Amino acid sequence: MAEIEIKNLRKEFDEFVAVENSTFKVEDGEFFMLLGPSGCGKTTTLRMMAGLELPTSGQVLINGEDVSFKRARDRDIAFVFQMYALYPHLNVRQNLEYPLRSQGNPASLIHEKVAEVSKILKISHLLSSPVGRLSGGDRQRVALGRAIVRDPSAFFMDEPLGALDAEFREEMAEELRALHDRMGATTIYVTHDQLEAMQMGDKIVVMNHGVIEQFGAPQEIYDWPATKFVADFIGFPAMNFLPLGHHKVSVGNTFVAYKDYQIDVPACLEEFDGSLDVGVRPEHIRLSREPGGIPATVVASEYLGTTQIVSVEIDQAILKSRVSSTEEYSVGSSINLIFDYRSISLFDHSSGRALQSEGNREVLACG
Amino acid sequence: MSFSVTAPSPRTKLISGLIVGLYALVTLAPLLWIIATGFKSGQDSIHYPPKVLFEPTMEGYVNLFTTRTRIPSDQPPKDTTSMTWYEEIVYKKGEIIAEPSKYGERFLNSTVIGFGSTALCMFLGTIAAYAFSRFKVPLKDDLLFFILSTRMMPPIAVAIPIFLMFKNLGLNDTYFGMIMLYTAVNLSLSVWLLKGFMDEIPVEYEEAALIDGYTRFEAFIKVVLPQAITGIASTAIFCLIFAWNEYAFAVLLTSGDAQTAPPFIPTIIGVSGKDWPAVAAGATLFLVPVMVFTVLLRKHLLRGITFGAIRK
Repeated sequence: MAEIEIKNLRKEFDEFVAVENSTFKVEDGEFFMLLGPSGCGKTTTLRMMAGLELPTSGQVLINGEDVSFKRARDRDIAFVFQMYALYPHLNVRQNLEYPLRSQGNPASLIHEKVAEVSKILKISHLLSSPVGRLSGGDRQRVALGRAIVRDPSAFFMDEPLGALDAEFREEMAEELRALHDRMGATTIYVTHDQLEAMQMGDKIVVMNHGVIEQFGAPQEIYDWPATKFVADFIGFPAMNFLPLGHHKVSVGNTFVAYKDYQIDVPACLEEFDGSLDVGVRPEHIRLSREPGGIPATVVASEYLGTTQIVSVEIDQAILKSRVSSTEEYSVGSSINLIFDYRSISLFDHSSGRALQSEGNREVLACG
Repeated sequence: MSFSVTAPSPRTKLISGLIVGLYALVTLAPLLWIIATGFKSGQDSIHYPPKVLFEPTMEGYVNLFTTRTRIPSDQPPKDTTSMTWYEEIVYKKGEIIAEPSKYGERFLNSTVIGFGSTALCMFLGTIAAYAFSRFKVPLKDDLLFFILSTRMMPPIAVAIPIFLMFKNLGLNDTYFGMIMLYTAVNLSLSVWLLKGFMDEIPVEYEEAALIDGYTRFEAFIKVVLPQAITGIASTAIFCLIFAWNEYAFAVLLTSGDAQTAPPFIPTIIGVSGKDWPAVAAGATLFLVPVMVFTVLLRKHLLRGITFGAIRK
């Protein structure tokens, strides 16, 4: 059981700042996702939390104790590597026994533990095979087994499914989540796959260029992104941005003007005067053939089973709308766009920051 | 690695067989000749034209391990039945054994110095290579270049300063001096070779061990060394071959207590000048340890034990 907190954690490699002063807290038993594109500092953050990298400044607290400069072995955590890192000169059983041996456990206990863990992970039949002969999924199971065999207070996983084939990944993701729910240990999981993060995580931290962009539950982050980066990175297709150009909003405004049209938005909670973008998720754009709404032209449509993604052009901007497959929209036809006003975010075009509104007030307050 | 997709034609097989056969002949003929000469009699060894077929005798080996004197002419003939087989061989040539030769001692010296310097070199080389491979060493590239630069001229080029240094430090003709010297010469090569092998070992293994509750040193011993065994074995072979065969420094710096076999073998002189069968016998026996060592470690050279454990 562990509650993990990082405070102003920072890492520099020579001139390069890998992680800017980052602060967040992982509650006990949470499945916590560190999400971001490659090179964003998520793995470095995880390695600092695990004790494989020393922070330049800041603190890592596990259960309130400052472990920033403690050795990895003294933190009572387990780490699952993307490339498994199974000891190649040992077989499956020896790999599983390895962490227990370091603690000087009696042989009978080691045997018992290994049997138990291999049963949970369904690798009992593999115990005597060398690790080199296992399939990717089995290797990852052994790596997981090596992590859980010691009952650590927290699991750290660095893209553990990244090296698996797509079909295995789905299966292992489910197993992982089930395993977490069963053990209840705090898990910190690094991934660049936003679907994986949404699917498995209780909480998500989105990072970019070493900076934490947003912190919250998957739904909050999806619905109310704090920055354009998050809006763009999460969701497929990504959030649509409609540039309004220079625009002025004041507290209490419930619409913005796009040319001669009016777009309803959640009540604004701050003054803003500058270049403004409207952000709207594809499923919140309705296509209508009736008059009303903003006119646009259909340029493409992708069929996805029950839904389809219809791309429309409006003043050189391409917006994507997710609508039911029952309607047909022929390319080149005119259509009117209706935005669902409850779910619209406004972004400062230059900084990418989301403006505070009635909608995202609570979400942004905790990020 | 790439493999040809088609089976080789009979002609290709014939040509490649011929090339391999020719190469084997060129490299093996001198070796076989030395081994054969060891079993020839003195006359046969200098016979012209050279004899390929001859009556084998242990004379060379007996001469190698003994020093002998001529039997004075006034001595009455002895009964050969009470003699051992080697006394008999010597007696038939009109000699008796005076004492064992120095070959055994010299061979032992070679063993101590050769294996001692190889072991020391592997120990220092492994830890240095590990440090260069894993840690942030200040001036790493310069240091590595400096280490390599000691190999940019033949070691014997510095023979005179080394001779003077050894003389002043009292290291002449000592095990310690020779082990240090061969270690110093081999160390640059072994650091470079081993660093290459260490770089190949994924750092995740150690990190996994560090998290699994081991110290850095334990991780090194239990995780890195088993991975590096292939590299250590092949590097050790290089080091041993150099130290074992080294002649020039051995001639210069050893003469008695710590003299190795290479400078000793050419000094084996029979009653009538050079005793070629004894020299050949000495050379043959001298080949054995390196051959055994190489054959024993060969499987490590061929086995890639990290194969498949990490997906790249």
